[in-house]
Amino acid sequence: MEFWRTIKESKVAMAATLLLAFFLLLAIFAGQLAPRDPLKTGDKALQSPSGDYWFGTDDLGRDVFSGVIHGARTSISIGIIVALLSNLLGLAIGLVAGYASNWLDDLLMRFTELFLIPPRFFLILIIAAIYGSSYFNLILVLSLTLWPLTARLVRAEVLALKKRGFIEAARALGASHRRIMIREILPNILPLLITNAMLKIGTIILLEASLEFLGLGDPSQISWGYMLHSGQHYMRDGWWMVVFPSLAISLLLLALNLLGDELNKALDPKLRGRLT
Amino acid sequence: MRGFSQQYSRFIIRRLWQSLALILLLIAINFFLIHLAPGDPVTLLAGQSGDEKYYEFIRAKFRLDQPLTTQLWIYYQNILRGDLGYSFNYQQSVAAVVFSRLPATLLLMMTALLLSALGGIFFGVQASHQAGSLTDRSITLFTAIAYAIPTFCLGQLALLVLSLHFNLFPAQGMMSANRELHGAARWLDILEHLALPAVTLAVMQSAMIARLTRTEMVKALSEDYILAARARGLPESRVLYGHGLRNAILPIVTILGNDLGAMLSGAVLTETVFAWPGLGRLLLDSIAARDYPVLMGIFLLASTGVVIANLLTDLIYFRLDPRLRHE
Repeated sequence: MEFWRTIKESKVAMAATLLLAFFLLLAIFAGQLAPRDPLKTGDKALQSPSGDYWFGTDDLGRDVFSGVIHGARTSISIGIIVALLSNLLGLAIGLVAGYASNWLDDLLMRFTELFLIPPRFFLILIIAAIYGSSYFNLILVLSLTLWPLTARLVRAEVLALKKRGFIEAARALGASHRRIMIREILPNILPLLITNAMLKIGTIILLEASLEFLGLGDPSQISWGYMLHSGQHYMRDGWWMVVFPSLAISLLLLALNLLGDELNKALDPKLRGRLT
Repeated sequence: MRGFSQQYSRFIIRRLWQSLALILLLIAINFFLIHLAPGDPVTLLAGQSGDEKYYEFIRAKFRLDQPLTTQLWIYYQNILRGDLGYSFNYQQSVAAVVFSRLPATLLLMMTALLLSALGGIFFGVQASHQAGSLTDRSITLFTAIAYAIPTFCLGQLALLVLSLHFNLFPAQGMMSANRELHGAARWLDILEHLALPAVTLAVMQSAMIARLTRTEMVKALSEDYILAARARGLPESRVLYGHGLRNAILPIVTILGNDLGAMLSGAVLTETVFAWPGLGRLLLDSIAARDYPVLMGIFLLASTGVVIANLLTDLIYFRLDPRLRHE
């Protein structure tokens, strides 16, 4: 696909992809790479980084280095799952709405807009506060609040595609609605959807980390946000509790943003010649 | 000009009605959130204090035995009368608690908004001036980094380095707790405490604005009138700001105004890091204390604030865009 060409051509995209691959490996092989169980408390609390504990220990004696590695797993897994779920839902609704373009479209779009009215973060906070914030709940809440954006994007694309006329041609040839949506429209939206998903994963991870920082995470899962939540109270005595998870999150988000931007630039021919 | 004023007032009225409808819709959403939650809605309306007599009182007041539509109507009446409920935790009406914390958050947000607008626009213009130059690329790189660091991470790092290590700024709160200050000294004290949180909150926003400004400026600077202005011998700063920026500013203003929801969430996080006594802190304390009336009150207030901000942004946009004047 065009993606690989973009990545190979741009040094920035290449670097970002390598960084992402690194984090992905961390996430997948967390169990093997982390020297200790990140949740295991010990009596060596608030130790500064040393040969034994590369990133030091937190207030409960837990290994920060292992925590950072496992945190990658938590964030990336939530990011991918939520991106998949919300994009699938958004794709389904946006596709039908854009294709139908009648009362069904109106109905679906009003429904979509309903979710967009309250400020997103507050909505998530309230729901997490009321319903609890387990790993499963987090995924559910994030998916439910993020699908409308994809739906709107997909619908706009479908409407633009409709203007191009080949859909009319397919109808004239007797293609069914379902066939048109799957065989004609879908392949044209896919690149946009994938780029959008990539940028979205960044948003999801940021939201998830923010929630955990505020204490609304799953305490049975070690995560970067949660580590920063504990770190907030021990900044004087344990700067390492704050610095290393922050570095990890920032690097991952930087890589995701940079790659998403490069892919966006490649997809949008308007931006290609002008901005460099 | 008469035609424009007529058009403008028609626009204002239409947008006002839309905003009103949105606010009413938000109250309904609030209501449904309360009733869709697990457990007895009484606990969401009255808090989990467990006082049986109080629960009876709330049950009667909101007529929880009635069908949902009746309950919704009663809920509307209460809200529109200004009765947002009572907080058992703070022993005050929700409205009193929420509005007492509002000024601190507004101070933080307005300062951050101003800083991010000024900083973002300035760097965006500088970057667009010579697209592709070293200045441009360094600013772009710096922007990307600034945008990637989560606000609370940046806040904690700033607190760690600038406050705890170098002792340049106070670490927590809005005012020094151990001194009684008045007048100018008090304001200086507040400013000292405001510096770090406001800048932290502003960074991510200004990165976004810088990027947007750069894009819009590059588009604006490629127009013919810029070439003409330069040929006329105008100083470069005049060309950039007087001609280029003036035309690029419109989408920037729109995005600034509509992004208030994101800034609100940033404010919640920043207030947590710096123990700033605003709505963000109140939100978290209420979550911990299960003080649902206050939670719903903040949610309603924040949502309404965003609707009003969007309305104001649209009105400003309509006013500023000369193309809309002669339709």
